[in-house]
Amino acid sequence: MSTLILSTATRYLMPLLLLLSVHLLLRGHNEPGGGFVGGLVASAAFALYTIAHGVDQAKRMLRVDSKTLIGMGLFLALASGTFSLFAGDPFMTGLWMKEKLPTIGKVGTPVLFDAGVYCVVVGVTLTILFALAED
Amino acid sequence: MSQILLLPILIPLLTAILSLLAWRRPALQRLLSLAGAAALLFAGLGLFTHVWKEGIQAVQVGNWPAPFGITLAADLLSASMVVLTGLAGLATAVYSLAGMDRQRESFGYYPLLHVLLMGVSGSFLTGDIFNLYVWFEVLLIASFVLLGLGSEKTQLEGTLKYVTLNLISSALFLAAIGMLYGVVGTLNLADLALQMQSARQPALIFTLSMLFLIAFGIKAAIFPLFFWLPASYHTPPAAVSAIFAGLLTKVGVYALIRVFSLMFAQDMERIRPVLLTLAALTLLTGILGALVQKDFRRILSFNLVSHIGYLIMGLGLMTPLALAGTIFYMFHDVIAKTNLFLFSGVIHRMRNTYRITRLGGFYASHPGLSILFLIPALSLAGVPPLSGFWGKLVLVQAGLEEGQYLLVAVALGVGLLTLLSMGQIWAEVFWKDAPIASESESAGAKVLEPGPWLLFLIPMGALALLTCLMGLFPQPVLKLATQAAGQLIYPEAYIRTVLGGRP
Repeated sequence: MSTLILSTATRYLMPLLLLLSVHLLLRGHNEPGGGFVGGLVASAAFALYTIAHGVDQAKRMLRVDSKTLIGMGLFLALASGTFSLFAGDPFMTGLWMKEKLPTIGKVGTPVLFDAGVYCVVVGVTLTILFALAED
Repeated sequence: MSQILLLPILIPLLTAILSLLAWRRPALQRLLSLAGAAALLFAGLGLFTHVWKEGIQAVQVGNWPAPFGITLAADLLSASMVVLTGLAGLATAVYSLAGMDRQRESFGYYPLLHVLLMGVSGSFLTGDIFNLYVWFEVLLIASFVLLGLGSEKTQLEGTLKYVTLNLISSALFLAAIGMLYGVVGTLNLADLALQMQSARQPALIFTLSMLFLIAFGIKAAIFPLFFWLPASYHTPPAAVSAIFAGLLTKVGVYALIRVFSLMFAQDMERIRPVLLTLAALTLLTGILGALVQKDFRRILSFNLVSHIGYLIMGLGLMTPLALAGTIFYMFHDVIAKTNLFLFSGVIHRMRNTYRITRLGGFYASHPGLSILFLIPALSLAGVPPLSGFWGKLVLVQAGLEEGQYLLVAVALGVGLLTLLSMGQIWAEVFWKDAPIASESESAGAKVLEPGPWLLFLIPMGALALLTCLMGLFPQPVLKLATQAAGQLIYPEAYIRTVLGGRP
């Protein structure tokens, strides 16, 4: 199952893929990218790890249960919509920080929503992947 | 304060999320499900009182102005349907505590149930036709999994039929939305109502109306598109079929009412004959199907189809009185149908079979339960003074006023045949002596402990009580139905609220 070439390559590829996924997540508001694509790239990283080291190792690497990740992602998305209620605006109104943060750019509640989507995509993809790999 | 409109959507979502996070702890999930369903009912009641006092409410989600953003809107019909969603949801949640097996619980029954409730509430509250499509998908996906959950052979067969036909319906719905957008260039329901008045392509608009009729007709199970319903509703556990029977077809009918009253009111002359013919055929085929069935839940399923005919009849007549009748009948039907399916589950629990020829003797062994069953059953048949009687009375009166004598005759005849169908269940399941149970039946039959008994009896008793109350004091409900129908026939207030003062 595991070969030296694959496991060595994975060691270098996985951090790169994860970094790329975060990059895609953060640039996604106005440019191509976003939570969905970012989540898929992150899942691809874990898929690679699963192929190289097996399901159990990959699960240990993820640390949380993939279903918990779905729930957390949904919760983030829900929470991002409710912030505006406290500001007196309708549900899901986008609230933005006035100042840009260095390297990340402008941050607002839609980023939180995208982060939620990211988690849901990773959670769903890995739940399916682990179930298939365990069979 | 109009943000209260969001609660019936957010509460089930939050409940689903929390029970997803509590994936490995079924006991906690049960508690969450109960609390979530109760909160949904209270939110629905809160929304209803708000709409009753302050008139129609609208929220522009994300602060994008209508008609460009997505609007949520609640008039009396939406608000009361949300209350019924909460009611059916709570009844099912309580019933599921004792009625759901461990295996289904551990594979996410509770999160799915609440996603379904979210989809149903969302469909009732949205003021945007594409958003309606999205809510339909939410509730359909949840219902696909709920129907197939457990993977019994009959279940998978039923699910396959259900999924296929509903996907066709969704495709048609989406195509219709695309065409509609091509014709008038808007998706907001209130804006659509305005634009359609000045649209000048009568042939295209008639085509559109028929496309919507087919798309929603499949979901509402009207003739000749209902075959998926009796093929699938008898396969999942009783709690699942109860919530499906109570709510899902009604979402289809609600969508028909909303779309036809807002968008096609001026084309009603041409649409009416189609609707009335379909109503009569739905009434007849449904009840004739019910009379030849031998499975408890298949009888109920065919009755469900048949009684959709009454709802379509009121929609087709499209007078204030007829719509009031449809709305009243919808209230009655949600409560009575949910209850009857819950009853079938309890019976199955005690004898491990749904075949009415294999059942019997319940009047001798459980007289109280038998009398309780008679309330929704007789109400369905329209026996005064139960709730079904008043709904039928109003619809028949509306039919007579419009001179639709043949349709009225069919409606009355179907009422009698429903009585016959319910009488058949009564005679077979409750009255005749119990046949000797076969080995497989007695192996799966369970003696009910007092705890589960109570969890079964509370929702069934509460729903039966509501049926009685609606029958004994029909005046307030009729007043509500009349006002809700008034808001549908004269949509100016709805349009003004949604578009925010624009003419």
